[in-house]
Amino acid sequence: MITKEDVKHISWLASIEINENETEEFVEQFNSILEYFHQLDEVETETIEPTYRVVDLSNVFRTDLVLKSLSQEESLINAPRQESGYFKSPRIV
Amino acid sequence: MLNQLKEDLLSGSAEKYLNKLFEKIEKSKLNAFTTLAKESALIKAREFDKSPWQGKLAGLPIGIKECISTKGIETTCSSRILKGYIPPFDAHVIEKLKNAGAIVIGKTNMDEFAMGTSTETSCFGPTRNPWDLDYVPGGSSGGSAAAVAGDEAPCTLGSDTGGSVRCPASFCGIVGLKPTYGLVSRFGLVAYANSLEQIGPLTNTVEDTALLMEVIAGHDWRDSTSAPIDTISYLPELRKGISGMKIGIPREYLGKGVDSKVEKAIWDAVAILENLGASWEEISLPNTRYALAAYYVIAMSEASSNLARYDGLRYGLRSARDENWHTTFSEIRSKGFGPEVKRRILLGTYALSAGYYGRYYLKALKVRTLIKNDFLRVFKTVDILASPTMPVPAFRIGERINDPLSLYMADIFTVPINLAGLPAISIPCGFSGNLPIGLQLIGEHFAEDAILRAAQAFEESTPFHNLRAKEAA
Repeated sequence: MITKEDVKHISWLASIEINENETEEFVEQFNSILEYFHQLDEVETETIEPTYRVVDLSNVFRTDLVLKSLSQEESLINAPRQESGYFKSPRIV
Repeated sequence: MLNQLKEDLLSGSAEKYLNKLFEKIEKSKLNAFTTLAKESALIKAREFDKSPWQGKLAGLPIGIKECISTKGIETTCSSRILKGYIPPFDAHVIEKLKNAGAIVIGKTNMDEFAMGTSTETSCFGPTRNPWDLDYVPGGSSGGSAAAVAGDEAPCTLGSDTGGSVRCPASFCGIVGLKPTYGLVSRFGLVAYANSLEQIGPLTNTVEDTALLMEVIAGHDWRDSTSAPIDTISYLPELRKGISGMKIGIPREYLGKGVDSKVEKAIWDAVAILENLGASWEEISLPNTRYALAAYYVIAMSEASSNLARYDGLRYGLRSARDENWHTTFSEIRSKGFGPEVKRRILLGTYALSAGYYGRYYLKALKVRTLIKNDFLRVFKTVDILASPTMPVPAFRIGERINDPLSLYMADIFTVPINLAGLPAISIPCGFSGNLPIGLQLIGEHFAEDAILRAAQAFEESTPFHNLRAKEAA
């Protein structure tokens, strides 16, 4: 069973603030959804390999050519805050 | 239809045609479009009228789902967190469309971040079904489907993570194809669950879908999962017929939980395919019952990782407050994401968190192997599979939105195809009252040609693609 504390902890991990109403609603919904997920427990998968990708492509290489990329100006075009050609972030430390 | 329209545009006026479309869209009750690229599209149309260019899609207008990046046109995934975001680049498919001569006319509505089956979770409000305005158009590419069915665009692009092209195609009575994973580049498609999703066309006819696929498919080095295939051609053999084709009917995709009118329409469709020279047999995909759970665990886990990038720093919503980074980001994400997106990110975070990874995520990936193997096994004896696209016709707006699990259940026949990475097409095959029913044809990896050929044969002997929705008039 997922509790209110669990939901609050997950929301902290996911960096999404949720209010008291949302927390209560999520507790109920998460428990019913997870209960549905638990039907996976009945599948025997001891010897089964996981499928990370459906097409068999690995180690995809390309020629090491220098190609045009976005300019600094284009990269910053959507930034809500910027300074001297940089993204401006909230205080980290 | 697109080929005819192409000729009409050459002998008439592309500008006039576009103006008529824009007028219709602006008066429309469907809410299929979110942003119109009126100015840039009309400039293009005028240029085309002055000196028409060549190309597979020369002069043809197209609508693009909100989650596909279009240079200079707002791309929000129908989420508040991306309001105002204007991509500085085009998605690979947009480059391809433009190279083929198409004109982008605007962006189409969707469930927020493609998480939904009804296009009700959009920050732009719900899109309505052109056959009955009280009903959902399906989702998540509901705007793309409603635009085509409502005659507001001759063709559109959507994206399909667990049925998001096929479901709205089914609910709106049009054609929609989810390509084999890796056939169409995902460069510029805003990621939700990247191991599952593909961009696909929504059109009025099978031939139009084949035409669009010839344009958008093919290798792109910027998507590391892009298949090394360069030339794709579906049209020359599209009308070859289906004599001798073996069709499998998955036992688990009919019966319990399937609306009786939907079931009847599918059996009628199978009889038509048989008349056209195909044979059919019942087959079994025994792990189908675990597909929904495996799909949602994987999709939510990938979503929690992919959507971690929305921090309001490089684009999108930004908080007025500027406290420490965790508080600032948490506040932005709280305001920017709607309830379904929060639900999926949180559940995905939980499924990937210490102590639960093996029980949920890894387990789901193993079940994914079993589901894929079910398909690979049956494709040793049959050429394609036929099933309903959706177990039910469109439901009423508001009917299921407060019960997430009941909405998830509607995806039961579409998600296994994404888990296995197979191609599948939905085509109209009947009605329940005034609401369309979709037939899903599923092929082997990279066997789009077979399902397109079967779909074409079916379309030629049925009237459904010619029937127009009430709102199309």
